[in-house]
Amino acid sequence: MKRRVPLIIVFCVSLFMVIQYFVPLDSLERVYRSFLDYTIIIGVFALLLGIWSLCRVNYDKIKRKSENWQYAIITLTGFFIMTIAGFLSGWGRTDNYLYQHLFSYVLVPIQATMFSLLAFFIASAAFRAFRARSLLATLLLISGLVIMIRFVPLGFLSEPISDLAGWILRVPNMAAKRAIIIGVGLGAVATAFKIMLGIERAYLGRD
Amino acid sequence: MSNGQTTSRYTIERLQSIDRRIIFVFIAAAVIIPLLLGASLKEETTPIVRALFDYVDHLPEGSRVLLSFDYGPTTAPEIQPMVDAVLRQCIERKCKLYMMAVWATGHNLVGQTIEEILKSEYPQLQYGQDYVNLGYKAGSQGLIRLLVVDFKRMYSTDAAGTAIDSIPMMQNIGNLKNFDLIFSFGGGFPGIKEWILYAGDPGHIPIGGGCTAVSAPLLYPYYPSQLVGLMGGAKGAAEYENALIQAYPKFSNMPMAGMSLMMSQTVSHIVIMFFVVLGNVLYFIGRNRNASTKPGGEK
Repeated sequence: MKRRVPLIIVFCVSLFMVIQYFVPLDSLERVYRSFLDYTIIIGVFALLLGIWSLCRVNYDKIKRKSENWQYAIITLTGFFIMTIAGFLSGWGRTDNYLYQHLFSYVLVPIQATMFSLLAFFIASAAFRAFRARSLLATLLLISGLVIMIRFVPLGFLSEPISDLAGWILRVPNMAAKRAIIIGVGLGAVATAFKIMLGIERAYLGRD
Repeated sequence: MSNGQTTSRYTIERLQSIDRRIIFVFIAAAVIIPLLLGASLKEETTPIVRALFDYVDHLPEGSRVLLSFDYGPTTAPEIQPMVDAVLRQCIERKCKLYMMAVWATGHNLVGQTIEEILKSEYPQLQYGQDYVNLGYKAGSQGLIRLLVVDFKRMYSTDAAGTAIDSIPMMQNIGNLKNFDLIFSFGGGFPGIKEWILYAGDPGHIPIGGGCTAVSAPLLYPYYPSQLVGLMGGAKGAAEYENALIQAYPKFSNMPMAGMSLMMSQTVSHIVIMFFVVLGNVLYFIGRNRNASTKPGGEK
């Protein structure tokens, strides 16, 4: 019973979702809208669960004085300050001075700095690892260099290099990406059918 | 083995194991110096960006354009120039601008954009008549799916808490199909792909996009049938800005963020390419030397 009920719910809901996609009826549309509401409500609960999990993990780290426990204090402090600042201008609004300034002058520079560090690590990693060790690696290396070199103004060479880079992106890259997208799509359909028919039950857990 | 050979082998090994901090210094210089010099680089507009620009340029006066800010501060330096350029063009075309976010971090970026572009460059524009800030709503692709069938069910107020029905430009908005064009900025999840899958395709709504350079190749397959056009990275932004300046010469004296970034990006690419080539040259020299000193091949 413990397993059968969730399997029946999954089968009925997924069958309904398939039918409503292909059958344009007002009654089905209304039920579909309710299901979408449920999705968002469940999403909000997942957010609460995430907040609880974040607090719990970091609280445990501080309590046990685990490695780098000091960072957990910063995480929790930052979390609570942003939350309180967010509620200062009232429910559903975040246009207060403190929240805006914390966002613009703390969060924005921190996140931008973290992302910009990538350029340094990519350069270092490319120097050490981007080697023409085999035919495929050589092809990847040449393609990568052509794609990068298209940004460089090289006079009369710019146009043919730009055309070549465009061709790499439009033809081999797009062919590979489309093949991956179609493959992933077919895989998703197969997985969806397996879940719908109760063959794939990993989401139920082990008990 | 002679002293000369030993010295050159030592030099190659030293170069191969070069301290990464030296590479970091080169990259820092390549990024910072062009930015300090204020150099910019014009980019010829490629067809995929041109298609997007032309689509916006042919929108009739009063067209409704929805702009979804699906990015955060991490990618803002790459994406914000695209947003600014698109906003300027839409205003020139006298379009109605609806701004929203499916990313929590996008909410504040909408506010910043309104302050920095709309209020400072176009003070004559009226909130609620010419543009509206709908803010962020949770729900990711679920939200997009709901907006296709019923917009006001999810957005009963704007970002400031004003009832949506009291905003003049929201009067005739029932669902996403009432928009003439949807722009999604940002290449993450949810982003352009979700807008195509859950709004563009089922609702037959034109979708345009601007994303980071790394996300662009993943989205090219959707062009041209499911995506009107796409701006990829700082280069895409610079191309759009170039098209904007050509079409509206009044912007030619205005500093364009995308074009400014391109110089830094170009110089840093040259530095990275130099290190990649150097790494390979050293690798081949080292490999040939090792092969020649193996038993049977020793000189």
